[in-house]
Amino acid sequence: MEEMVDKIIEQNGAKESALLAVLMDIQGEYNYLPRPALELVSKKLGVSMSRISYMATFFTAFSLEERGKHITTVCMGTACHVRGATRLVEELERVLEIKAGETTDDKQFTLETVNCVGACALGPLIITDGEFQGNMTSPKVSRLIKKLRKED
Amino acid sequence: MQQIRSMKELESFREGLVKGRDPDRKFISVCTGTGCQAYKCDDLVANLRAEIKRVGLDAEIETKATGCPGFCERGTLVTIYPEKIFYQRVRPEHATEIVERTLVKGEIVEELLFVDDATGKTIVNEDDVPFYKQQQQELLGPNRILDPTSLDDYLAIGGYGALSKVLNELKPDDVIDQITASGLRGRGGGGFPAGVKWRTCRDAPGDIRYVICNADEGDPGAFMDRCLLEANPHSILEGMIIGAYAIGAAEGYVYVRNEYPVAAANVGLAVDKAREAGLLGKNILGKKGFDFDVEIIRGGGAFVCGESTALMASIEGFVGEPRAKHIHTVEQGLNDKPTNLNNVETWANVPLIMNKGVDWFTAIGTGDVSENPWGGSKGTKIFSLVGKVKNTGLVEVPMGITLRKIIYDIGGGVSDGKKFKGVQTGGPSGGCLPEAFLDQPVDFDELTKAGSMMGSGGMIVLDEDTCMVDFARYFLNFLRDESCGKCTSCREGLEQMYQLTDDICEGRAGPDHLGLLNELAEVVKDASLCALGQTAANPVLSTLRYYRDEYEAHIYRRECPAKVCKPLIRFSINSECNGCNLCLRNCPYDAITGEKKKGDTYKIDQEKCTQCRICFESCKFDAVSIDTGVMR
Repeated sequence: MEEMVDKIIEQNGAKESALLAVLMDIQGEYNYLPRPALELVSKKLGVSMSRISYMATFFTAFSLEERGKHITTVCMGTACHVRGATRLVEELERVLEIKAGETTDDKQFTLETVNCVGACALGPLIITDGEFQGNMTSPKVSRLIKKLRKED
Repeated sequence: MQQIRSMKELESFREGLVKGRDPDRKFISVCTGTGCQAYKCDDLVANLRAEIKRVGLDAEIETKATGCPGFCERGTLVTIYPEKIFYQRVRPEHATEIVERTLVKGEIVEELLFVDDATGKTIVNEDDVPFYKQQQQELLGPNRILDPTSLDDYLAIGGYGALSKVLNELKPDDVIDQITASGLRGRGGGGFPAGVKWRTCRDAPGDIRYVICNADEGDPGAFMDRCLLEANPHSILEGMIIGAYAIGAAEGYVYVRNEYPVAAANVGLAVDKAREAGLLGKNILGKKGFDFDVEIIRGGGAFVCGESTALMASIEGFVGEPRAKHIHTVEQGLNDKPTNLNNVETWANVPLIMNKGVDWFTAIGTGDVSENPWGGSKGTKIFSLVGKVKNTGLVEVPMGITLRKIIYDIGGGVSDGKKFKGVQTGGPSGGCLPEAFLDQPVDFDELTKAGSMMGSGGMIVLDEDTCMVDFARYFLNFLRDESCGKCTSCREGLEQMYQLTDDICEGRAGPDHLGLLNELAEVVKDASLCALGQTAANPVLSTLRYYRDEYEAHIYRRECPAKVCKPLIRFSINSECNGCNLCLRNCPYDAITGEKKKGDTYKIDQEKCTQCRICFESCKFDAVSIDTGVMR
């Protein structure tokens, strides 16, 4: 891990002001921010752990916990909201038996929400593993999760 | 690419490019914006290229993967030039037919044509599609023919010509004077005259100055900045370079939101290419002493970072908390140096104004800016027309056009034959306007008078199925989540306002709730530091003003007129039922019982029903009814 953290710090110019970019790259690499990596960043950039943790909890891009294999994100933009996005979240919470922001015990699924991805014509939409799925309904999301479970 | 070192070299390079491109050549452009990605437009591009190769036309016909021209509702969009044959809702499997019939035989594929609802006729030419016909696409127009990854494409349509003209003919002060005279105002929603901002920044003491492009487009339901960044990144860079020259900045930043990976990639690539060509770097286009470069910063996903001081804190490596603006950022901004920040769309307008002239720009829009840059709203504005509207997409229109024209003439009216209830503009800082305001002209000042605002250009159409209390609660939930927490009024006030609207939606509210909500809204507005808090009450205040009866129905009659708020509604099966039993099979809570035969034999057990709406959504015969005013 140290090698990776070194590489990321170097790519971003090894300066204090690059903290956000460094954390973004770590999140990109591991899909979350592992504590040991943050401790390395703290040491190498000379930034306190409290500031790093402030940063990591302030921005929604970061997760401090390991996320699941499949990341399911529901867009909660205004256009999706008026077309029923809340019901999709409720249905996914029921099917996956977790709350939004959580990961299933078997580490297969993480359910997240996003403020808006700007694909409003497709609304309501969910994003599974980076793929946009537009015009969703509650029955469609359950079928989608079933399909993903089957494929594994 | 070789370095372009002077205006002459730029023009001769451009000439070479244009000469090499026959204006009547055939090419096919495919929208590959984020909206069309969901329809596998990348596969479509690959299939088209393979098919064109198969029929041996690959030397003559190019397939261009472009950015978004705006008509997201009908994606994937394909246009064949020079005839401008417009195909809509194209899927990867249509590639063979398009190539064999249209490209080889010159026939039209009827089933991919747009059908005009009003006349029932099919439309072949892209320019004749009503959605486009009534727009004035100055900024979005070039998107259709530009490969965003190609600098040559941008140069071929005259790109960086404005920069070259500015560097050769104008002093920095002249540039600022022209921008001021044009009346260009901040497209991010603030509406502050760009020229005035530039002037203050240039005149502020100090040697180092920065320019920033705010691409942290956080308003939910708005995506015009993403589209410009994805489709035409060089136009934004050109605007920034002109701005840097006028202001005297050597460093610039583009702060892009984390949720827009394609936009960040395209603008990053554009920066690399511009640098390679000598359009960024030292002595740009041979202008001695004019050095300027741009860095891309990815945001971390915080709505408040769209606020200028928060955004600058974030670039410095801190959390995005706004500060008081007793000293403006144009005097002390990033690293305490004078910093000029403009929104994506504002920057994109700059080359346009420099190319076409101040008079051309001021002829579009409202008011008179010759004496006072606040005197009107000039130029076009891009809106993202979304929600319960037939033609979802991006719409670029002259300032001053009415809401009705945008929603009905361009947007085609409310979708699914529903009744119009209102339109929400200005994002979480804006408000909702009912039908009576449809003839209101849209510009920086008019919508504010009505209690909403134009904002950055989000326009969400609401129909009879939208509960206005739930809608206000939605924005409060968004804002309480996005409040950075610095000011007590915003952090705690929004939380309490959320709880109050939640009480109303859940049927727990009493007669005191509305007064309390109003009072809290005023406090949050008055006592918060930044615009997020100061405007956070607008969605509540505007819905209270125009839709008070809905609030009252929830409180006094325990009714949700739009039949949205769960504790206030009840589902039942009516006599339309033909016994298909789809509801029974789909109900996740086993709340439906009955026999598979015609007639209203199915019953919903109200104890088990959670109002999840799945039966209602799955029924194909409108046999599931929702009643309200029946609180259990």
